[in-house]
Amino acid sequence: MSTVITLHGRKVVGGVAEGEALVTRQTISGWGGVNAMTGTIIETRHELRGVSFKDKILVCPGAKGSSGWSSVFHQARLAGTAPKAMVFNEMTTKIALGCVVMRVPSVTDLDRDPLELIETGDWVRVDGDQGLVEIRKPA
Amino acid sequence: MELLVRYGEALGAERFVDTINVAGVPGTSNMFLEKYYTQPGDRYDVIYSLYDLDSDEIVQVPRVSVNSCHLQGGTDPDNWQTLGMKPEQLRISQAGEAGAARLGIKILKTCTPYLAGNVPNKGDHCAWMESSAVVYCNSVLGARTNTEGRESTSAAMITGKIPDWGFHRDEFRFASHRIDVEIPVESLMDWGMLGYYVGDVVGERIPVLMGKYGKPDLIRHKHFGAAAASSGGVEMYHLVGITPEAPTFEAAAGPNRNLETFRYGKAEQRRIYETLNSRGQDTNVDYVMLGCPHAALEQIQEICRLLDGRKINSGVRLWVFTSRAIRAVADKEGYSKIIRDAGGVLMTDTCSAIGQALPPNTKVAALDSAKQVHYLPAIMGIQAWFGSTADCINAALTGRWNGVAP
Repeated sequence: MSTVITLHGRKVVGGVAEGEALVTRQTISGWGGVNAMTGTIIETRHELRGVSFKDKILVCPGAKGSSGWSSVFHQARLAGTAPKAMVFNEMTTKIALGCVVMRVPSVTDLDRDPLELIETGDWVRVDGDQGLVEIRKPA
Repeated sequence: MELLVRYGEALGAERFVDTINVAGVPGTSNMFLEKYYTQPGDRYDVIYSLYDLDSDEIVQVPRVSVNSCHLQGGTDPDNWQTLGMKPEQLRISQAGEAGAARLGIKILKTCTPYLAGNVPNKGDHCAWMESSAVVYCNSVLGARTNTEGRESTSAAMITGKIPDWGFHRDEFRFASHRIDVEIPVESLMDWGMLGYYVGDVVGERIPVLMGKYGKPDLIRHKHFGAAAASSGGVEMYHLVGITPEAPTFEAAAGPNRNLETFRYGKAEQRRIYETLNSRGQDTNVDYVMLGCPHAALEQIQEICRLLDGRKINSGVRLWVFTSRAIRAVADKEGYSKIIRDAGGVLMTDTCSAIGQALPPNTKVAALDSAKQVHYLPAIMGIQAWFGSTADCINAALTGRWNGVAP
């Protein structure tokens, strides 16, 4: 029996997706920080360096760095390496536009901190339309 | 407009503002997009519709409705072979330029539009890409832009609209963090390190700096802002008594009280220097890259002065990047020839990071830009050293890195 935790937030992009969470406490650099062709983080000092977000529910504080953020994640969508959904804390133009052009369910402004409650490997369902994030911890 | 509505909703914006100055990379293709989009029709319209506007249908893209320019691109049309580009890459680049020109977009091809004739006025609502240009636009010029992306700028060029959110609004522009600068900050390298520190500690927030820094010139602003926008996501900063929205500390902070404060002293500077040099091990240097962000004419003059009629080491390549506008002047004034005679190349439109182009077999680069050190080793898998422009020219002349910590 696994417990389910539900967070309530705001829709960024609609739609529903579920999958395994990939969580980082560090903001993500798009252009120059990610290889879109493999969906891998490449930033020198990033804790997820070498890790792929392909088909994961990507949980992060937000975006930083180059204005090519949306373009890199847009190309990740075309290359089939994009995350399945996005859950984040800090709204910026980079991540807003990135989520829009990735066309994946995305939620922010959650009532509890997703970085505190979600761990890498948790099963997470993101309902962008309702602004809901459901977390299932592995038994 | 549909893309801008989705984007505005994602941000939580309530309305749009009219923008009069847009800087982006409209319709620019690359090898990946060329292969991906196989739909029939005018190639520029296909990519602009499906990629830039994220539309599901291909439209005939109209002329732009507001002052619009194209930022840096992927290759230099005069030196593409030196950059190691394939003819196909040049063809894609030139086709993109022709398409953008057809729409009435100014082909500035630089990350420093403010050095190439696009200088907005204080208060102008802009929609710019390029994080180093955005931070310059907000902080130094007092114009207003968020860090826009390719899709939003391409849509804004046609519609003249951008979501009224973030830096377009007065209440968003006040400082949230305070940096007390406790050591003298004078040289270009000093300003680059300070910028890298500021971005590291404030992230995406807005810093106000107080303390012992001198009055920065345009180039120091350029390197400071570029660094802060790379280690963090700084889109605007205030320097008390210097930048236009910071006549006083109180004016910069506005309603914000009890700002979280960081001290920048010798230990912090030392830590940043070590961080910026953490991707260097081998002191044999085989590549020196200058001009990130694109070199101003003063920097090209300085490089020529430092070269002092000498030839660079035979094992080193020296590439200097600038805009076509600045190179036109550098050509006429003889600077391009001085660099060429020394064994280097003055190139335009791109850089090693944007173009993903290095001299053959590059292992160790020397760089005078904290921003470039942040990106180039990560993107290209090489080692890199960070130092002053003089340290870099010394490395070009000797083939050895002899940079010293400040």
